[in-house]
Amino acid sequence: MRRRVPAALLTAAAALPGYAPADLAARVATAPTPGHAAGPAASAQQVDSALRVVVASKPFGESYLLMEIFAQALEARGMAVDRRPGLGATEIAFRALREDDIDVYPEYTGTGLVAILGEEPAADPGAVFARVETAFRDRWGVRWLPPLGFQNTYAIAVRRETADRHGLRTLSDLARASPELRAGFSPDFIGRSDGLEGLRPAYGFAFREIRPLLQAVKYRALAEGAVDVIDGYSTDGQVARYDLVVLRDDRAFFPAYEAAPLIGRRLAETRPDAVAALTVLAGRLDEETMRRLNRRVEVDGEDLAAVAADALGGLDRGTDGPAGIGGGTGEQAAAGRDAADGRADVEARGAGRRVRAGLLAYLWARRDTLARQTGRHLLLVLVSLLAAIAVAVPLGLGLERLRRGAEGVIRGVGLLQTIPSIALLAFMIPLLGIGVVPALVALFLYALYPIARNTYTGVRDASPEAVSAGRALGMTPGQLLTRIRLPLAAPVIMAGVRTAAVISVGTATLAAFIGAGGLGDPIVAGLALSDTRMILSGAIPAAVLAFLVDLALGGVERAVRPRGVAGPVA
Amino acid sequence: MNRRGGGASDRPEPALEARAVRRRYGAVRALDGVDLTVGAGEAVALVGESGSGKTTLLRCFNRMVEPDEGAVFVRGAPVDAGPAVELRRTLGYVPQEGGLMPHWSVLRNAALAPTLRAETDADARARSALDAVGLPADEYGARWPNQLSGGQRQRVAIARALAGESDIVLLDEPFGALDAITRADLQDLFASLRAERGFAVLLVTHDLHEAFLLADRVAVMRAGVIERTAPPSRLRAEPGTPYVAELLRRARVAS
Repeated sequence: MRRRVPAALLTAAAALPGYAPADLAARVATAPTPGHAAGPAASAQQVDSALRVVVASKPFGESYLLMEIFAQALEARGMAVDRRPGLGATEIAFRALREDDIDVYPEYTGTGLVAILGEEPAADPGAVFARVETAFRDRWGVRWLPPLGFQNTYAIAVRRETADRHGLRTLSDLARASPELRAGFSPDFIGRSDGLEGLRPAYGFAFREIRPLLQAVKYRALAEGAVDVIDGYSTDGQVARYDLVVLRDDRAFFPAYEAAPLIGRRLAETRPDAVAALTVLAGRLDEETMRRLNRRVEVDGEDLAAVAADALGGLDRGTDGPAGIGGGTGEQAAAGRDAADGRADVEARGAGRRVRAGLLAYLWARRDTLARQTGRHLLLVLVSLLAAIAVAVPLGLGLERLRRGAEGVIRGVGLLQTIPSIALLAFMIPLLGIGVVPALVALFLYALYPIARNTYTGVRDASPEAVSAGRALGMTPGQLLTRIRLPLAAPVIMAGVRTAAVISVGTATLAAFIGAGGLGDPIVAGLALSDTRMILSGAIPAAVLAFLVDLALGGVERAVRPRGVAGPVA
Repeated sequence: MNRRGGGASDRPEPALEARAVRRRYGAVRALDGVDLTVGAGEAVALVGESGSGKTTLLRCFNRMVEPDEGAVFVRGAPVDAGPAVELRRTLGYVPQEGGLMPHWSVLRNAALAPTLRAETDADARARSALDAVGLPADEYGARWPNQLSGGQRQRVAIARALAGESDIVLLDEPFGALDAITRADLQDLFASLRAERGFAVLLVTHDLHEAFLLADRVAVMRAGVIERTAPPSRLRAEPGTPYVAELLRRARVAS
């Protein structure tokens, strides 16, 4: 594609990260002479009119792939793109779009109708698109671009041996056998009216057991016999991998789920170039193609960028003739790779067969990325922890002075702990958007309780006899605090900080759901792409980090323990 | 600060004085109209059963307790004439079980009072006080309280009271938690220190033997009032009230 539009390549070069507006402004500011400044300043004007388009996805494989296709389609036309893969779920991704924190992500019309508008599911794709198109534009200024050409609706799948044993071909067959079967469904599928909640009365399901299972583990659970029935998606690449049988929706229950780019108000109003680039994709990806692309990403473990480049290469050929997009043959795929830029090429060849390389080699190959993610992770934990210490320690001390009502306040802080992190992150999007700031706020809130509790308890229980004697001998309240209570409580306070820090290292992996980066990125992406090694490449460093943080703060705890006060028996 | 009492004048002010002091805790009358005087250099013991109000009375003198009614004087001045912190820094104090700072060395503990008064020779005073209680600073100064026996810790608490070189020392059941032999040793030590230095003493104790051994006068408290005050020999000879007689009989100190 880029080979055909060299002009676009030139524009793209101007939009490379090194030419980002902020960067340019800095260069202008430090330019030695006014004469030198004139040149860059002029191009700054140009680049300014092409601010970076933020392209996002939800945390599952197809969404990642479509995001990458959108991103490359925009980049091919010279637009600068930021990728925000794996945003928590529909709620988080859509809120981010409404707040213009992201500009576009792939969404499904049925999801828009049911999960966002809260309306009844409908089976007619044209009617569903018309409804969401109008409603989203009127309510939020959010625009649905024309559908991409495939539906990814719910599909119910069983193992082949289950289908044979019970003679299952349709969902009606499944209803008959359901009392003997155990189902594993995604939590959102269980609760949705276009999911199990509506499906159950429509077909009369009565499963022996229903377990909520995350998308990422469902297929494995089914293959290993932990459950007998799962929900999946009609374009899912995993179906072939595990030799599953998809049961026919013989009563036409599942509603229309056409995939389309969903774009935010800012992009719709100010970037006709981006809208045009995304509209070109309309009707160009069919279900057959998507299943094949999905399989390459999720089952064969091919690189996302390379698969997306192939899909766009196929799209280009599609304009010349009747050939399908995405290419079906190795020849076409190779041609697509050639067309991709150098980065994608290297990644496609280097990582395309990554499934076979060892874990250590994989970690080593990704060391730069991992180092960056670990650094970001540590930054999230440290900044939020320092802020929590700055608030929770004075809070604990203040409560100790008040006593009355202290327990109530600390329990109130403890209630924060019970808010599920995804919910907390979702609540904060209207206030703080997505990215690092809301992640820091969430981690900060979760770290308050252990620190405030330990400060309060530690200071309250610090040797009452010594405190009383100090008071009777004429120490001021300030002296009692700084010379007796705080030194005696320091190890207890540090133990609270240590607890908060270790929990924070774990919780910070969730920051990936709102695009804050860190070691959650490979975990979320790995879960979405069914890539165990990618999951481990985030989980192992996170565990090591938690261990090291615990070790380091344990050392601090010992260091602040006053001499003369016995510590725990080592 | 008028330490060592007003020895120069003909009629020195009493070290401690309480007049018609009352203090309630909810419905409980902890002090129900108490008068008490401790002369300069005099040692008075407050005895009585648990809950009779003796510790509450002692704590009125260092303002750890504020009376509801009545007046309290230290060295002739009302206790609330200045800041409580300043008053407390002029009074030696030995609580039960020492109340040493567990994270401070023995020397630093002993030096607390002069340190709080920002005196430059705080260390020297603490050292000499430790020597006086039989814990030479060179040997014991660098130790931590948890490396000492209970008796040694109480000696440090006494040294801490001495290092302030105050003319008044308040003791709240100072030897109550010690075994009999250690207690006798410390009582002897305290008696000789007082004989040597002449400070006034208010001693709260439930041990009549200790009161008779260490005090010039003994005040028997009962339900928030002082039932009788007399020197030990007089008290033994004339208990005065049935309650005091019973107390003496039970403690087996009646003559």
